[in-house]
Amino acid sequence: MTGTTLTHRFAPGRVFVWLLLLAGGLLMLTPLLFMFSTSLKDSADIYDLRLIPAAPTLDNYKTVLSDGRFLRWFWNSLAIATIVTLSNVFFDSLVGYTLAKFQFRGRYLVFLAILSTLMIPTEMLVIPWYVMAKNFGWLDSYWGIMFPGMMTAFGTFLMKQFFETVPNDFLEAARVDGLNEFAIFWRIALPLVTPALSALAIFTFLSNWTAFIWPLIVTTSKELYTLPVGLASFAVESQIQWELIMTGAALATIPTLAVFLLLQRYIVRGVVLAGLKG
Amino acid sequence: MTANTEVARSGGRLWQGLTLQQKQVVWAWGFLAVPILFYGLIRFYPTVEAFVISTTNWNLMNSPSFVGLANFRRLMADPVFWQVFRNTFLYLIIGTPLSLVLAFTIAYHLDRVRFMHGFIRALYFLPFLTTATAMAWVWRWFYQPVPIGLINDVISSFGFSQQPFLRSTTQALPAVLAPAIWAGLGFQVVIFLAGLRAIPTTYYEAARIDGVSDFAILRKITLPLLKPTIIFLVVFSSIGFLRIFDQVYNMTSGDPGGPLNATKPLVLMIYQTAFSSFDMGYAAAQTVVLFLVLLCVSLLQLRLLRDR
Repeated sequence: MTGTTLTHRFAPGRVFVWLLLLAGGLLMLTPLLFMFSTSLKDSADIYDLRLIPAAPTLDNYKTVLSDGRFLRWFWNSLAIATIVTLSNVFFDSLVGYTLAKFQFRGRYLVFLAILSTLMIPTEMLVIPWYVMAKNFGWLDSYWGIMFPGMMTAFGTFLMKQFFETVPNDFLEAARVDGLNEFAIFWRIALPLVTPALSALAIFTFLSNWTAFIWPLIVTTSKELYTLPVGLASFAVESQIQWELIMTGAALATIPTLAVFLLLQRYIVRGVVLAGLKG
Repeated sequence: MTANTEVARSGGRLWQGLTLQQKQVVWAWGFLAVPILFYGLIRFYPTVEAFVISTTNWNLMNSPSFVGLANFRRLMADPVFWQVFRNTFLYLIIGTPLSLVLAFTIAYHLDRVRFMHGFIRALYFLPFLTTATAMAWVWRWFYQPVPIGLINDVISSFGFSQQPFLRSTTQALPAVLAPAIWAGLGFQVVIFLAGLRAIPTTYYEAARIDGVSDFAILRKITLPLLKPTIIFLVVFSSIGFLRIFDQVYNMTSGDPGGPLNATKPLVLMIYQTAFSSFDMGYAAAQTVVLFLVLLCVSLLQLRLLRDR
């Protein structure tokens, strides 16, 4: 509500600024609009650069979706992002809760140790991870793609901050009722931090859906590619068919856009929570 | 059967014998057991391993041989590395200020807008939700020569000559940077908006009553109070631009790193050294350099936040 209280009287300057903001926003959307537009064009029409296709067709979508590879990549991305998200939601909050609500020696040390891993860039770890995956036979497997991301220090930190706001009285009451510690965490504490959990879930899912470098390194067979790696592999094909590539790109974008339109409020709040806490 | 019950009972008795405090400690370490194993094995061990590998000569096939600091000396003498270092810093020093100024300008004005505020914010935010790989294809297509490429089509319809963009040694880097800035802008706008909302209205009201101009309010109240947000975004986006990879890899695949390595950033060099040449020791040395650069940026952040 800041800054707005004195400004809602009509002024031509404001209208101009508003129009500029709208124009800028639409400009931001241009790549997406042209991507969807081209995905609806016949291969003969792609030289026609009008935004509204003269003869819109869904043929490209049929072609891309009937080619089993694409659906496979889509499914891989979905499965991997989902499993990693569930793992993060569970473990990050369990650790965050323990560090926020238990008194024991070494607590601060564990917290610092986990936090310190934020300083280490993934790029430094990919070589040892690759060696590890090779030795354990994890190369080119779902588990190989997933294992480095099953827990994150960022998520743990975020959850710890939120569990600290949960009053101890609630937990004590449950303890008096004879609930064991896991039940207290799972049934009492966790439901109290649902906003933080959804922020964490959205963030983790999104970053795994778009993850690129590690899946690129660890997979070699096309059946195991995630969607971004699959899309990147189009580059080696001799003849670039722009209308099909735009269709693939559109299909990779539609799920996140759909989720955003459904959960817009939570996503924006989640980004702010995660951004400002991180 | 009886023995089992016996053990269970004595175990139960042992558990019963603990004080509430001691039980809590057991639960705590029980909860932390798997995570500690994870962090030890997947984060700490590999960190040490990366430093160790950086002092070896190793192609994954034979056993690694210790070479001391030879990889780092080789790096210092490698002209490609200096080109890459230069590119990486260009991404940083063009990308960070440009995206922050744009994001702040948008957020500052959007903050005062009520009509369709959520809709306009969503327009700026949507690119943040896209996949860099997918968007790399869209932007590549935009940069194509006529009759395919949109940008060249617009340029030539105004009578200007076509631009080579990704095919040029001077234009390729900005051409790759543009989608990176585009995709991250919405995130920065949303964070700036949250920062602006956190400034108490009373400050503005007092300033208006005193007749302070809009520009003075911006300079004397808004920007100073926004300092934590600004520092966060500077560091966050600096780290992002220093680690740029997805956009570059995808927009210049076929000729990764662009003409004459004009767009190659450090992470792409690491990727190629490790997973195309399998020169693991040399690649690990490059990751150590990246780590040190990022560490400096993070320490600078801590320093700036403490001065606040």
